[in-house]
Amino acid sequence: MSLSALTGSRLRERRLALGMRQAELAAEVGVSASYLNLIEHNRRRIADDLLLRLADRLAMPLAALQDGHDAVMIDALRAAASEVHGVAEEVDRAEDLAGRFPGWAAAVVELLHARARALGQVVEALNDRMAHDPHLSASLHEILNAAASVRSTAAILADTDDIDPAWRKRFHQNLHVDSERMAKGAEALVAYLDSSSQGVEQTTATPQEEVEAWASSCDWGLSGPEASVKAAQLASGDGRAMAGRMQALAKADALALSEPALQSALQAHGPDPLAIAAQTGVPVLVAFRRLALRPASGFGLLHCDGSGTLTLRKPILGFSPPRFGAACPLWPLFTALSRPETPVEAVIVLPGAQAARFRTLAFCQTQYPAGFRGPQLREAAMLLVPEAGGSEHAIEVGPTCRICPRPQCPARREASILTV
Amino acid sequence: MAGRVLLVEDEPNIAAAIRFILTREGWEVAVEADGAAAMARVRDLGPDLLILDLMLPGMSGLEILTALRADPSYAELKVMMLTAKGQPRDREAAERVGVQAFMSKPFSNDEMRAMVRGLMGGRG
Repeated sequence: MSLSALTGSRLRERRLALGMRQAELAAEVGVSASYLNLIEHNRRRIADDLLLRLADRLAMPLAALQDGHDAVMIDALRAAASEVHGVAEEVDRAEDLAGRFPGWAAAVVELLHARARALGQVVEALNDRMAHDPHLSASLHEILNAAASVRSTAAILADTDDIDPAWRKRFHQNLHVDSERMAKGAEALVAYLDSSSQGVEQTTATPQEEVEAWASSCDWGLSGPEASVKAAQLASGDGRAMAGRMQALAKADALALSEPALQSALQAHGPDPLAIAAQTGVPVLVAFRRLALRPASGFGLLHCDGSGTLTLRKPILGFSPPRFGAACPLWPLFTALSRPETPVEAVIVLPGAQAARFRTLAFCQTQYPAGFRGPQLREAAMLLVPEAGGSEHAIEVGPTCRICPRPQCPARREASILTV
Repeated sequence: MAGRVLLVEDEPNIAAAIRFILTREGWEVAVEADGAAAMARVRDLGPDLLILDLMLPGMSGLEILTALRADPSYAELKVMMLTAKGQPRDREAAERVGVQAFMSKPFSNDEMRAMVRGLMGGRG
């Protein structure tokens, strides 16, 4: 029988737990108390028949006295002790710990494993982000290219004594342009890294997110002067440009569908984008935006292009569209995307304790900006209206696979980090 | 006859700098900014060395390299790959297709001169 180096310690723990004296147990199994003492301190090998008698008298399963899993545990404890500050001098006592307090030892090892798993996930997520975050990658590329040009050009100017004045002028000009580029790239990168080191809620990792934070701080009243002032304070140039485009769109929408016309259509039809568009003669997506992108509208709104990429996100309480990567393919937004000009209405329910329900109205519009021979461009929109309870069938959707806990989803394309 | 270098690089200022230093070294340098036109330029010029930027509009440096190596007449053409991202995966892919040297941006002019001289061997 392969015995653990700790068999003695385990016997001792068990005897003490039963409140039995050493001499008493020794007498019952037929050895001297001093011999049992040596055994209990792991200083004597135990004969098989004696072990059987001890295990029997102490009502211990033999497996608990055998080697095997505790060796793995001891190794894990040793590894832990050597890394944790202040425990290093007790590395040699890992066996003691595992032998005397197997429950505690198992708990320590389990905690370490859990921490390792959690760190592994963080690393994976960061890796993902480094590899797939187009903003970060584009910023770095831009800076490296500008740096390459500046370095080479500056060296030419410094090292070439007989440089032609026309060339000198050109290189000076290039230096100027590229140092500007480098400064802008560095500025964007700093803004990006600063914001991503903050809490998740304040993370404005990309210009798009920065712009969404801006829009929500104006309560989506984008065409007013307050919105313009705030837009000018955005950190990145891209963010400012994007905010400018959104403001231009909001102004154009307000021009196409004026406030009085909107109010009268709302009186007649309620918040129905199709009916509002029919009465006022505006494109359906304009009606979507006029309904949702206004202060205190109470509606969420998403836009996506033909690839399914979200191009506009107005989150609503209980529904936060993903910040990175593709969305849940079950959203009615994508049903509409595949059926242009066909209205789609559906109730959806989000996972989680709140199980937030929304009535969604989705519609996809097509455009041919380059005429007959050009591509068809699709743009789909989905309006989200909070739905209180109700017995209507709801489509079980999520935000995006990675952070969706639904275990049996037929549309799952990657494992969730929530169900490890 | 001076060795001919074709530089495929979409960043005009980097192209200007490389062209300047290599021309002063005595090489004949042509520049192409469009990845999609690179193959045609290689056929026209018959360069001794091709310097390819990895990230190009139209056609990536890796795609050009693949197309080039598929043509037996250019199996031996010396190629230096310019990369702004020192990404090992891209480098490995380029090495598999066949590339003689890599230069990471930002490069020093001395490195560039020395590497071109080395790749050109006895020419120039």
